Amino acid sequence: MEQQFKRYSILVADDDEGDRFLINKAMKANGVENQIQFLEDGQKLVDHLNEYLKSTNPGDKPSLPCLILLDLNMPLLDGWEALKIVKSHAQLREIPVVILTNSDNPADVAGSYKEGANSFFTKPLDYLDLVRLMGLLKSYWLQNAKLPFERPKFAE
Amino acid sequence: MAVKLNRYSIIVADDDEGDRFLINKAMKASGLEEQIHFVDDGQKLIDCLTEYLSSTPSGERPQLPCLILLDLNMPRLDGREALKIMKGHVQLKEIPVVILSNSDNPEDVMGCYKGGANSFFTKPLDYLDLVRLMGLLKTYWFQNAKLPFEHPKSAQ
Repeated sequence: MEQQFKRYSILVADDDEGDRFLINKAMKANGVENQIQFLEDGQKLVDHLNEYLKSTNPGDKPSLPCLILLDLNMPLLDGWEALKIVKSHAQLREIPVVILTNSDNPADVAGSYKEGANSFFTKPLDYLDLVRLMGLLKSYWLQNAKLPFERPKFAE
Repeated sequence: MAVKLNRYSIIVADDDEGDRFLINKAMKASGLEEQIHFVDDGQKLIDCLTEYLSSTPSGERPQLPCLILLDLNMPRLDGREALKIMKGHVQLKEIPVVILSNSDNPEDVMGCYKGGANSFFTKPLDYLDLVRLMGLLKTYWFQNAKLPFEHPKSAQ
C-alpha cells in the first residue's frame, strides 16, 4: 500500500546517540520517505512542537509531525513529562505518540498508556528486529491507519 | 446478564451483524487466538467493562481486556460517547482502543484522536483487506507492542 502523509515529519526523541543512529538507519532501510527529526531530550521535543505551533511564516514552519517516537528516560525533560505535555495540549494531543524505550517494566507500560501514549514498544536489542519494528510502524501508521490531519489536496 | 470474560480478551463493539460476522471470520483467518467478545452497542461495552471492574477484589489491579475495537455509529450509546467514558475513567483509560468504523470523515478521525483513541482505521470494504487488517492488528498489538493488561505472547 502506498505510504501516505509523506510531507509530514516523524519526530524521534531519544537521548542515546547510538539509538538515534540505528533508528534512522532502520527507518531508511524500510523506505520511510518522511523527514525524520531527531531530538535528544524531552525539552527539545517540546520546544520543536511549540515552534511548529507558533510559527506563522509558512516558509519557516517546521513540517507538521504525524508521529512521535518517544523514549522515556531522557535528561532535562524526560519522556514522561513530554508525554504529559503533548497529551494535555489541545492542539498537540491528537498526534500519535509511540513510546520506544529500553524499559519493559509493566509499571512503565501501564503508566504510559494511562498518560495517553498511543502504543508502547520496548526497543529491540537486535538491529534486524529494529528494522522489522520500523517496518511495522510504517505499515500501521503510514499505510493503514487514518491520521488526524487534513487530507493532502494532491496525491502524494 | 453476567459476562465472564477471559483475562486475555478483545472486545469488539459493532452494531452491524454482518460486520461482526466478517470481523470474527477475519480474526480467525489471521490466527488471532485471543478470546473475542462481541457487543452490539456502546452501552453493552460499558456495562461489560463495569462488570470487570466490580468483580475485582479491592486493592488489586483489575483484569481488563487487552484491546477494544470500537465502531462509531451505534445505537443507545455511540462509539464517541463510549470512548469519552473509557478515556475519562482512571482505570479504563489504559485499555488501547482502536476505532474501526465505516467513516473516513476527517472530523471523526480528528475527534477520536483528540478523545484519546489509540488508533483509527476505516473498515475495509473488501474481505481480504479486512483479513490483512486483522493480521496487522495482531502483529502490532499482540506480537510487538507491550500491553497494559497482561497478555501471554501467542505462538508465532
